Amino acid sequence: MNTPLLRLAGLNTHIGSYHILHGVDLEVPSGCVMMLLGRNGAGKTTCLRTIMQHWRCSAGVVVFDEIDLTALEPSGVARLGIAYVPENMGIFSDLTVRENMLLAARSARHESQIDRGRLDRLFEQFPALKRFWQSPAGSLSGGQKQMLAIARALVEPRRLLLIDEPSKGLAPAIVASLMAAIEQARQEGTTILMVEQNLEVAARLGDYYAVMDNGRIVQQGAMSALVADPALQNRLLGFSLAAGSGQAAH
Amino acid sequence: MMQSSRVPPDLMLWGLIPLLAGLALIGTGSPSTWLTLTVAGLAMGMMLFIIASGLTLVFGLMDVLNFGHGVFIATGAFVATTVLGPEWFGRSGGWLLAPQAALQIAAVLVAMAIAMGVTAGLGLVFERIIIRPVYGQHLKQILITMGGMIVVEELIKSIWGSQQIPLPLPEALRGAFILGDAAIERFRVLAVLIGLVVLVALSVILARTKIGLLVRAGVEDREMVESLGYPVRRLFVAVFVAGSALAGLGGVLWGLYQQTITAQIGAQVNVLIFIVIIMGGLGSVTGSFLAAILVGLMANYTGFLAPKLALFSNIGLMVAVLAWRPQGLRPLTTVR
Repeated sequence: MNTPLLRLAGLNTHIGSYHILHGVDLEVPSGCVMMLLGRNGAGKTTCLRTIMQHWRCSAGVVVFDEIDLTALEPSGVARLGIAYVPENMGIFSDLTVRENMLLAARSARHESQIDRGRLDRLFEQFPALKRFWQSPAGSLSGGQKQMLAIARALVEPRRLLLIDEPSKGLAPAIVASLMAAIEQARQEGTTILMVEQNLEVAARLGDYYAVMDNGRIVQQGAMSALVADPALQNRLLGFSLAAGSGQAAH
Repeated sequence: MMQSSRVPPDLMLWGLIPLLAGLALIGTGSPSTWLTLTVAGLAMGMMLFIIASGLTLVFGLMDVLNFGHGVFIATGAFVATTVLGPEWFGRSGGWLLAPQAALQIAAVLVAMAIAMGVTAGLGLVFERIIIRPVYGQHLKQILITMGGMIVVEELIKSIWGSQQIPLPLPEALRGAFILGDAAIERFRVLAVLIGLVVLVALSVILARTKIGLLVRAGVEDREMVESLGYPVRRLFVAVFVAGSALAGLGGVLWGLYQQTITAQIGAQVNVLIFIVIIMGGLGSVTGSFLAAILVGLMANYTGFLAPKLALFSNIGLMVAVLAWRPQGLRPLTTVR
């Protein structure tokens, strides 16, 4: 395993009176894709939001490249090169696709200052974004919104991507194009921590996996080991790739 | 696949203004009276818009209910009495009696600029001391901002006295242009022009600049703006200060419109401002503009046609609008 770029140790998070994370320990190796698996309510989204500092941990540490993220505001975390794609996609519906992209390109004041090469590549991967460039993002379909969310995360070079269930509720063709974009980011050296319920998608993209249950990491290892072991899949996730869709039925 | 928008077509919303004006034309039966009332209503609407635009953005961006917005209106008006007062430069009667019309108007513009500067500074202090400790706590925001308004009102009384103070129009802005049989007051034309300048400036900033983009995005989903690496709290302070300065400008205009001011001038206008931002859709600048114009026109038309109803006409208008569109005329998509 490469040197960890992101390290969570003894992470505890409370939301109001609810104790959600109970001492999460996780290391995400540099340049790899780590899949965070587990049933609904296991604490996966809370984990990502705690890394971004949208929710503050009550104990433990979040260390990114030897920087303690718990001392930062979410904007400070993002400025370290961490992009977050939340489960609800976080699209600004009243803004156009162009304006959404311009906001994500933090160093650009005008559209002309967005990295043209990256933009053209994103247009190739997601042609709908070019077609609806001047349209309000709220008028896009669900799949197009997810494309925009991923494109926004990739419009500038990032060191770490935190992605929450990008394939949820989308048609297979759209999922395939999203996965291709994420795979390309990985090839460029971006480290990725991704929450995913679809084991097929997780198996295709992931180098490593971690399974959460009741706010803890209960198992982690190489994705190839999980893929090769239907019994382990069944024990950890309640289903297996061999049995059918590879989609959690929660 | 594109989805259809849930917001009704803009045409229908903007059509409310000619609809109201058309009904008033039938009601008055006199085009000249109607024209006078319409210009007066537009001027009042523009003043309300100038004051309300900052408040609605403050709510949209940080969910802050600032019931103390009136302090900036009052402070702006009182600062103008000092700038335009007779004690300056040894002139008997002050700048307002300067020999040239251009100098008189320049004096008013200087008073507006100074009032905006002072209220911007006051806004910075108000945000730091009053607003910041109660982020995310609506009930406390209402109580503490109302308390803050009372404190500033008392400070105004201790500086300028508790009596009514005159804020007369300069000679150049008194009187009216005669257009056919209609008399159109000069000051109201100036108020409309200043309102249009503010509207265009705000529209350009919000639509064409990155900071405007950030404000619009922050009103919709401030957490995502943070996730993209922009500190929303700093943005909010900037918007609060700008909103305070605009309220100060509105205070000068409102004071000149009333021609006498008291420390309670802000509290009196506050009611209309809240009607405007609720009717417009909280957080929506375009909605506030539309609502302000409707409120200004309604106040002037009913003041002429049914004076006994004038007091309640705008509340009635707000109730009708909210019955039709509970989120206001131009609701924003927000993620909380």
